[in-house]
Amino acid sequence: MIRSKVNRAEIAGAVDFSFAGFDLPLFSVNRIDSPRPQGDALTLPAPFLRWFGEKGWQPRAHQLELLARAEAGESTLLIAPTGAGKTLAGFLPSLVDLTRRGKIPPGSAFRGIHTLYLSPLKALAVDIERNLMKPVDEMGLPVRVENRTGDTPQGKRQRQKLNPPDILLTTPEQLALLLANGEAERFFRDLRYVVFDELHSLVTSKRGHLLSLGLARLRRLAPSLQTIGLSATVADPMDLQRWLAPQAPDAEAHAGLVTIKGGARPEITILRTDERVPWAGHSARYAIADVYTAIKAHGTTLLFVNTRSQAELLFQELWTINDDNLPIALHHGSLDVAQRRKVEAAMSENRLRAVVATSTLDLGIDWGDVDLVVHVGAPKGASRLAQRIGRANHRMDEPSKAILVPANRFEVMECQAALDANYIGAQDTPPVGKGALDVLAQHVLGMACAAPFDPLSLYEEIISASPYATLAWETFERVIDFVATGGYALKTYERYARIRKTKEGLYRVSNPLVAQQYRLNVGTIVESPMLNVRLVKRNQRGSLGRGGMSLGKVEEYFLEMLSQGDTFLFSGKVLRFEGIRENECLVSQAFSFDPKVPSYAGGKFPLSTYLAEQVRKMLADPARRASLPEQVRDWLSLQNDVSMLPREDELLIETFPRGSRHYMVIYAFEGRLAHQTLGMLLTRRLDRAGLKPLGFVATDYSLAVWALDDLGATFQLRPKALADLFDEDMLGDDLEAWLNESFLLKRTFRNCAVIAGLIDQRHPGKEKSGRQVTVSADLIYDVLRAHEPDHLLLEATRNDAASGLLDIGRLGDMLKRIKGHITHRRLDRISPLAVPVMLEIGKEAVQGEAQDFLLSEAADDLINEAMGAEPL
Amino acid sequence: MHRLAHALSASTDNTTVVSARAVIHGVEAICDPLGSLFLPETRTLVVSDLHLEKGSAFARRGMMLPPYDTLATLRVLEAAITRHDPRLVISLGDTFHDRVGSAAMPDTFRHMIAAMAMGREWVWINGNHDPDGACGLPGISLDEFRHAGLTFRHEPSRGEAAGEIAGHLHPAATVVRREKSVRRACFATDGKRLLMPAFGVTTGGLDLRHRAMTGLFDRARLVAHMLGRDRIYSVRFTNLIG
Repeated sequence: MIRSKVNRAEIAGAVDFSFAGFDLPLFSVNRIDSPRPQGDALTLPAPFLRWFGEKGWQPRAHQLELLARAEAGESTLLIAPTGAGKTLAGFLPSLVDLTRRGKIPPGSAFRGIHTLYLSPLKALAVDIERNLMKPVDEMGLPVRVENRTGDTPQGKRQRQKLNPPDILLTTPEQLALLLANGEAERFFRDLRYVVFDELHSLVTSKRGHLLSLGLARLRRLAPSLQTIGLSATVADPMDLQRWLAPQAPDAEAHAGLVTIKGGARPEITILRTDERVPWAGHSARYAIADVYTAIKAHGTTLLFVNTRSQAELLFQELWTINDDNLPIALHHGSLDVAQRRKVEAAMSENRLRAVVATSTLDLGIDWGDVDLVVHVGAPKGASRLAQRIGRANHRMDEPSKAILVPANRFEVMECQAALDANYIGAQDTPPVGKGALDVLAQHVLGMACAAPFDPLSLYEEIISASPYATLAWETFERVIDFVATGGYALKTYERYARIRKTKEGLYRVSNPLVAQQYRLNVGTIVESPMLNVRLVKRNQRGSLGRGGMSLGKVEEYFLEMLSQGDTFLFSGKVLRFEGIRENECLVSQAFSFDPKVPSYAGGKFPLSTYLAEQVRKMLADPARRASLPEQVRDWLSLQNDVSMLPREDELLIETFPRGSRHYMVIYAFEGRLAHQTLGMLLTRRLDRAGLKPLGFVATDYSLAVWALDDLGATFQLRPKALADLFDEDMLGDDLEAWLNESFLLKRTFRNCAVIAGLIDQRHPGKEKSGRQVTVSADLIYDVLRAHEPDHLLLEATRNDAASGLLDIGRLGDMLKRIKGHITHRRLDRISPLAVPVMLEIGKEAVQGEAQDFLLSEAADDLINEAMGAEPL
Repeated sequence: MHRLAHALSASTDNTTVVSARAVIHGVEAICDPLGSLFLPETRTLVVSDLHLEKGSAFARRGMMLPPYDTLATLRVLEAAITRHDPRLVISLGDTFHDRVGSAAMPDTFRHMIAAMAMGREWVWINGNHDPDGACGLPGISLDEFRHAGLTFRHEPSRGEAAGEIAGHLHPAATVVRREKSVRRACFATDGKRLLMPAFGVTTGGLDLRHRAMTGLFDRARLVAHMLGRDRIYSVRFTNLIG
């Protein structure tokens, strides 16, 4: 079972802040928007004072501040760094209020829930219940706490509806289900507080959009409710403060803010090594021995990587040199749940020395005593790094310790930028963003399932949610039309409408089947089709046995390119693909250390805008470059001799011939997604200009395009051609034309179609046996695009693509920035700065990093070439 | 959707279309990139699994799929009929996505089909989705049809079936080269039996490696004639993954 931060102190035997938020000696309020009178409102009820007294504790300033604001009727955002134990602090106003209310005598009238707690993780909700019950029991408070998740048995759900607890702990999806129920009004009418945990991670996704709509509905049911948001440090707290407050068309409202500053400054270093840091790649193999030494020198180490395949590789590499047989485990989202739980249990019991993990551990689940965090690969964002390092600060009086391990030379700069950011407290969390239309469609159907609705009043409710504050009435009408009959110009589905307008002008669901369908498809997390991986044995006759251990899940599209006998890395093992039986992928042990097929390895996070800017600054500023390791400095000064280092706002473009081709490398530093989009658009334009582009490859830092024609000569002859090539107008027709044939858009469409309820979510284990009867989202996309290009779902798809997969917004900003600042260098051979992206050529975008080691020999040739004659 | 794009851009008909020739149980057949099979000797055109009115079938159950699939599929069928000018058209079952489809289909589509059937014979084979035959359309409905030395039925029979032309399974094949995979609907044949690709524009495919396909073909002789925009790509089953 997963433990929360709270239990960790007990294990450590340190100060028992088992009600963590209540006693964090090193934390204090350092910023308060408007000072409040510290008067009677702050007197805690007797059981609390007695309890604090018995423990020898003092309630902390920020807790009393939060309580005072709550009592004064204000909604509040509490910002504290990861590991500060803020979660339980958020419950203080509820507990005090419930204690004042006292026990409800048996036989009293029905009373709805008092406090609703929402967490992004099911496990967290379950964990909080246990930890909240401890002080509640010790103080003897008249408070009933229960959780409700997808695992809650039907009987308990029913009972909760008839006899609600005082505090209900649940997830956004469960809230949506509760709100779509006919009894929602009764259930929520007495609601006083809504506590949002890990708000920073919730709000930026579609899940957050759905939750904001849920909050708007809760406000309608219980107009006097107050919100408490708990968040890690973010770039723009006001975004979250607005999210917590009801928005009005003419005035902006926001919740108050209480900020707790972190304790001791974390000790972060970049790995210093005698090994040669590679020019490209993501495996960080060179550092394995150093990492292993660090693990040996610390009690427990948490190793973070960015992708599943990096985790697999690192784990395998560590075990190759694990001569001391240290207990080192692997944890990532694709592994079997039972296996993950085993690792979590072992970790919280301090039975492990190290865990290699991906982002599944970013959120507030406790990992026992962690002495060191090692981040392998660049963190890609400053805030992400801070949150991950926060996993190690189990003793508040000691600084967290972290080592960053850059996998290549660009990453050295990125790590340095992230480290600087961490010390100056810079944040680069993404903004909340505009509410998605597919999510809105799902919510509108849910509201119709709850009770017939008046469109105007539902519209007013929806625009009170900050992500939807600017939603136009016309768009809302289109959403209703979509929910009713699919929103097509051709009106042939009126008789099948899912919701219909009554004589009174209210929309109601046309039959119970609609509500049932809604319940099956609620939520915004669309899983890509996954197959279970089962380890089987071959018997003596060579046929496959039945049964065997389940190792986890792998994407269907990955398996489609395997044939029997191919080997790949998964779950820390090299596996041999045997075939697909029913809905399972059968594998056997491969007895090899050299997987043939790299596992899926697309980088999960693009480089944040903030870090990209810092890396550009570092390149431009000799003083900042001085802090970099010698190898990297040498590399950059060589670049300066051979070509140049671009100024901060300058876009450097190098052209050079190589083999029979002509290359153009663009140092844009805007992250892989934006670069990929730029690459697609540039090759279209070059093609039209007759320059015969052949292909392109993108990394987080730069983009390389190659062509048959001499691009450098053309640009030298006509500098305007280069400026035209990068003109902002490429985001017009070229983008449109490209989008229409992009497979990325099809994938995005599928997600939107599922969330909006156009096609059913696939439920694991419930798929129909033959897949030909299911609906293909790709085919629907084609038909829709051919016949109704302005359809609501295509609009939602384009909106998603602009901010997500294609990063068009960021590309647009860049094109604006570099206008008039393009510098072209025509070289006779590859430059040092170009080597990393050139090494990526030949790899497909989706395979990427796992091929690193195969390319290391080729890499050396390229490096030699760049260095001139100097042998390495 | 290549066929859809093709059917929508009627003006591109001057491009050269590359079909594939197959011999099934001694009968010559042309696999067309639109997804239809043409038997030149008897001027017979075969299409399968049109799944007309699929959108409305889903809409009836609360899933509002685009209502444009019937029109789009019929346009492709028109293109195939124009190209080959057959004497006989065989629709190999699952012409409609469900039982009520043929009765509920709007009249405009009914007229389109009637116009296509002018001067030709038409056989509707009953499928598992539409076992009750085609309602109010020209031609006759049958469970099974023997013609020109071949047997036409919706579901492939198990075991030996020389000369069988069937649909139902919506075969598709995946080609893997340089660790990239491309998947297309296909005609699948080992020279004895032929499985038709699904003709409906919103009808997906089932991979030839799926267990539903096992035992139907001699895999050593099996060829997938995959549908491209203007041509058929013929790949041996054993050579799909390079």
